[in-house]
Amino acid sequence: MVNENNISIATIWSIIETIPDPEIPVITLKDLGVIRDVKIDDDNNIEVIITPTYIGCPAVDMMSMQIMQELAEHGYKNTKVTKILSPAWTTDWLSEEGKKKLKAYGIAPPNQKQIVCTPDLFQQEEAVQCPRCDSYHTKMIARFGSTPCKALYQCNDCKEPFDYFKCH
Amino acid sequence: MSKQHASVTNEHKINYILYLADSTLILSHRNSEWCGHAPIIEQDIALTNIALDLLGQARSFYQYAATLIGNNVTEDSLAYLRIENEYKNLLLTELPNDDWANTILKQFYFSVYQYYLYQQLLNNSDEQIVAIANKAIKEVVYHVRWSGEWVVRLGDGTAESHQRMKNAIENLKNYIGEMFIAADFETALQIDVNNIQQQWQEKVNATFAEATLPLPENIFNHTGGKNGVHTEYLGYILTEMQYLQRTYPNAVW
Repeated sequence: MVNENNISIATIWSIIETIPDPEIPVITLKDLGVIRDVKIDDDNNIEVIITPTYIGCPAVDMMSMQIMQELAEHGYKNTKVTKILSPAWTTDWLSEEGKKKLKAYGIAPPNQKQIVCTPDLFQQEEAVQCPRCDSYHTKMIARFGSTPCKALYQCNDCKEPFDYFKCH
Repeated sequence: MSKQHASVTNEHKINYILYLADSTLILSHRNSEWCGHAPIIEQDIALTNIALDLLGQARSFYQYAATLIGNNVTEDSLAYLRIENEYKNLLLTELPNDDWANTILKQFYFSVYQYYLYQQLLNNSDEQIVAIANKAIKEVVYHVRWSGEWVVRLGDGTAESHQRMKNAIENLKNYIGEMFIAADFETALQIDVNNIQQQWQEKVNATFAEATLPLPENIFNHTGGKNGVHTEYLGYILTEMQYLQRTYPNAVW
């Protein structure tokens, strides 16, 4: 779609899609699946719609700033970033490319979304693969990690402790 | 007549959203007091992560309430510039942390309540309430599992951890009922508190059975939080939380 001044939505996407995630800089905002839409109105005002991974994720404000800044550097001044909650973000939106990058970086990528959304205690979660030696013989150390989206695991074979980008 | 009716409904809705926001903000603040003090670093991180999730919920509710109230009200003015009797949080959320067992049990009671409440809110007629509940419930279920597993671990653990859980049950027993006694704004929004209570009780019963813990004997309920009547503890929390904004009005990062 091209409007009268030839700002195309595709151009805007190409500018913002390479912005790195502020907390896991090895993947981009596009890989993460948090950019939901780009809109341009008749007056060339640009609106980028993003959604947070977790509801209190402090990286969201940083993402908005990065998007505005990147667009400003390309000469686009009339921009705004709108945060929406619905539909709720899921790790199923993480790109295949993003999952590969996470693994290469030492973070186990999320498994396919499974039925973990029940309050039953001590559930056996699906095996998580060690990003270092590929073993599935791993154990969870802690449900929470250095960012809201990660849990702490350890490989029983190579003993590597690692972050797991938990399925959500 | 119809206009008046509409404004009453709106007031109830605003109060209800503030109730949800205040309860999550105050418990978030309590949990953040553990930052740097939890028994081991993984659990320090767990509680601060839960605090962050709750703060995210609080912000979403405050932002929504602010749009309904108008008049230049913002999420910050709602959090930092209201006094005790304008806060509508559950008394349970403002109680001191005490020891680890008491902190865990408080979180468990609240998370189980939130889980069944948000499930009910998924069918609410208000789109934004549905969006927040839908987003938050995925995180809340994680809090239920984390806190519930700790209840079992401590209850069915050593003699000391078992005793501390029993003390916590005793400490908190008179603060459970308030969750299920509907305030005017809950009745107006047709929140079915009895349904939530039934599901809450089932989950707690099952967890306590696994944890070899006795169920609380509930003969008296402290109430008032939903209507702005609080324990003395809330004043201290707000004094600390609002100090900067009160001392340096409009200060920003």
